[in-house]
Amino acid sequence: MSTFTPAHSPFEEESPAFADVREAAALAASGQRLDRTAAEALYYKASLHTLAQLAHGMRMRMHPEPVVTYVGDRNINYSNVCVCACRFCAFFRAPDHEDGYVISREEMAQKVEETLALGGTQILLQGGHHPDLPLEWYEDLLRWLRQTWPQLHIHAFSPPEIFFWAEKFNLSVTEVLRRLKDAGLHSLPGGGAEILHTGVRAQVSPNKCTAEQWLSVMEEAHKLGLRTTATMMFGHEESPAHRLDHLFAVREVQDRTQGFTAFIPWTFQPAHTRIQVDPLPAPAYLRLLAVSRLVLDNIVNIQASWVTMGPHVAQLALFYGANDFGSLMIEENVVAAAGVSFQMSRADIHKVIRAAGFTPIQRTMDYRPVDPQPSV
Amino acid sequence: MLDAAYYAALGLSSIHEKVLAGQRLSFDDGLALFRCPDITAVGALALHVRCRLHGHKAFYVVNRQINYTNVCVNGCTFCAFRRDAESDPGAFAMSLDDVMARLRAADATPLQLDELHIVGGCHPTRPLSWFEDMIRAVRAFNPNLPVKAFTAVEIEHFSRLEGISSLEVLRRLQAAGLVMMPGGGAEIFDEELRPQICPHKADAAAWLRISGEAHSLGIKTNCTMLFGHLETYEHRVDHLCRLREQQDKSGGFTCFIPLPFLTANSLLKLPEDKVGPQRGLDQLRTVAVSRLMLDNIPHLKAYWIMMGPKLAPVALWYGADDLDGTIIEERIGHMAGAQSAQGMTIDELEHSIRSSGFTPVRRNATFNIMNDTDSPEARQ
Repeated sequence: MSTFTPAHSPFEEESPAFADVREAAALAASGQRLDRTAAEALYYKASLHTLAQLAHGMRMRMHPEPVVTYVGDRNINYSNVCVCACRFCAFFRAPDHEDGYVISREEMAQKVEETLALGGTQILLQGGHHPDLPLEWYEDLLRWLRQTWPQLHIHAFSPPEIFFWAEKFNLSVTEVLRRLKDAGLHSLPGGGAEILHTGVRAQVSPNKCTAEQWLSVMEEAHKLGLRTTATMMFGHEESPAHRLDHLFAVREVQDRTQGFTAFIPWTFQPAHTRIQVDPLPAPAYLRLLAVSRLVLDNIVNIQASWVTMGPHVAQLALFYGANDFGSLMIEENVVAAAGVSFQMSRADIHKVIRAAGFTPIQRTMDYRPVDPQPSV
Repeated sequence: MLDAAYYAALGLSSIHEKVLAGQRLSFDDGLALFRCPDITAVGALALHVRCRLHGHKAFYVVNRQINYTNVCVNGCTFCAFRRDAESDPGAFAMSLDDVMARLRAADATPLQLDELHIVGGCHPTRPLSWFEDMIRAVRAFNPNLPVKAFTAVEIEHFSRLEGISSLEVLRRLQAAGLVMMPGGGAEIFDEELRPQICPHKADAAAWLRISGEAHSLGIKTNCTMLFGHLETYEHRVDHLCRLREQQDKSGGFTCFIPLPFLTANSLLKLPEDKVGPQRGLDQLRTVAVSRLMLDNIPHLKAYWIMMGPKLAPVALWYGADDLDGTIIEERIGHMAGAQSAQGMTIDELEHSIRSSGFTPVRRNATFNIMNDTDSPEARQ
């Protein structure tokens, strides 16, 4: 039997076969925490419209003001050289590959200046697991960024990079995080989470940190006062149950730390990677997005992914639990390497948000409105 | 829950009741649905109707489009495809050999076509006999391939050019082997608005009359609405009501296809607020309201070429039951700026349908089912 046996019309859920869906929906509608059984009933059996209505209801309780936020930032990949060779990645180059690069200060300066000129406030800085760069290289980079552009928010690295450096330089995760924070790191993006299930990771990214290690880096970061996001990349070799494992693992850490600002799920884009599957269609994305909103009752913000889904579906996602439109994404390389390249200007993002009945507000990493708001 | 109280709070009680009871919606109901800000409430009702008609099935077709010429006398303001004369840059007019060469390339095994979709511009001189010959040649090449060709607009053009009635044109084409007509050229029916969009094209009365004539001969047809340009919600509901009324009389419409207006290369310049990527919700809403209003037309197509491959499968949850097909080569939408790929494989279409939560069913031009296999484990 298929995992998914959804009611199609939500009016079918009145039949006895959907008693568990009705029970779970009642829990969600009253703002109570969903346990695994309730989450499974909704994820596997609820009509897509029931999920939308519940998730949007929860989003409006958490964010009663009719606002959709977005951040002005740019993804800068300081290097594509990586020893991990994850099977889902179309971006990395193995060490010694002729297309491998490490960004120069000149290039970096130009990218930062462009970002600020376009009304951006932060950069998202990520790279591969470079085998040769010492930790000092990253510290120097952060200090230079911090000194040159004191107003710039530096949202950088990811748990796999942090864990890699801790092992490589024989330091504790806390020590690595503390040194980077001292050098100027403001916050940590939630990348590299993929699916937080050790078996799945062993299959798709065998050389990267485990699920437990990913979560522990985040917990340490939160203890040091670094805010972070959490992501999920789904639709590769995991099962639907693994996705729920992921949500519950993130929720458990958040109960202890309250350090995640947002959750960002997106679907795996298979072109040019070594995992041959058809990409999940948008209804599967929307189903997971809504369940994320409902399960993650302790994470305030859920982001829509226009980069993978395009502006039309991302607009609809604002009615499936998402209250944030992600990033202006002045530059993006990793998803583009996997064959998907939607582009949106600030004016486009504003139009999409307004046509959905919300007011667009540019925010910072920690979800404060930028002041003044940029003109469009 | 999406229950009676939920719809009551939105002021949609009577619509909710009518939909669950299978009763006809009024013009004002249609307008209220377009104006309802809650896309989920509207989508759920449309899904309910769609599942009552088709269960969990979603249809697709292995088809090929041939756009035989873009030379056209109509001069519609929105069209990025047409050229005035064969000598104009970018103009083309296929010979019968060109058409057959394309067909031979497309109909090779193992990809057995189940529909050949042929439409083109209203060419100023090409006689009806050429089109009769074309259909006969296609039928001779593959007698099992249903030929779906010519919109009501082309039929009216042939009638003017030949000085014979449109009914006579239809009789001759049917005798040559025409079994089905696509639904293009309906655009928007409103008499004040239509001249701003397509001043020289068959008017609403002619378009509907020719559809009725085709139905009277046993030729099934599709129908369309072009939306997202200068029209209001009232114009859309009016358009849907006129199609519904015609269907009550003649009963031959098989599938309705709402066509989102693509702005990129159009000559018709729209106000800034109508141009851009913000129209996804409007597309879904239009699919949903169309499903709810057109209670006598069995199928509704989310044409992935125009809606895009990301949004089209979502529309299956908002009232659509068909994604159209493999296509292979499409020129009209792409010359208007459609960014979609030119074709999808059977596997891609079936995966997209299955992983969206529906059972893929391969159909032919007239919606006869070609295979109805049990759905294997859905990967969602």
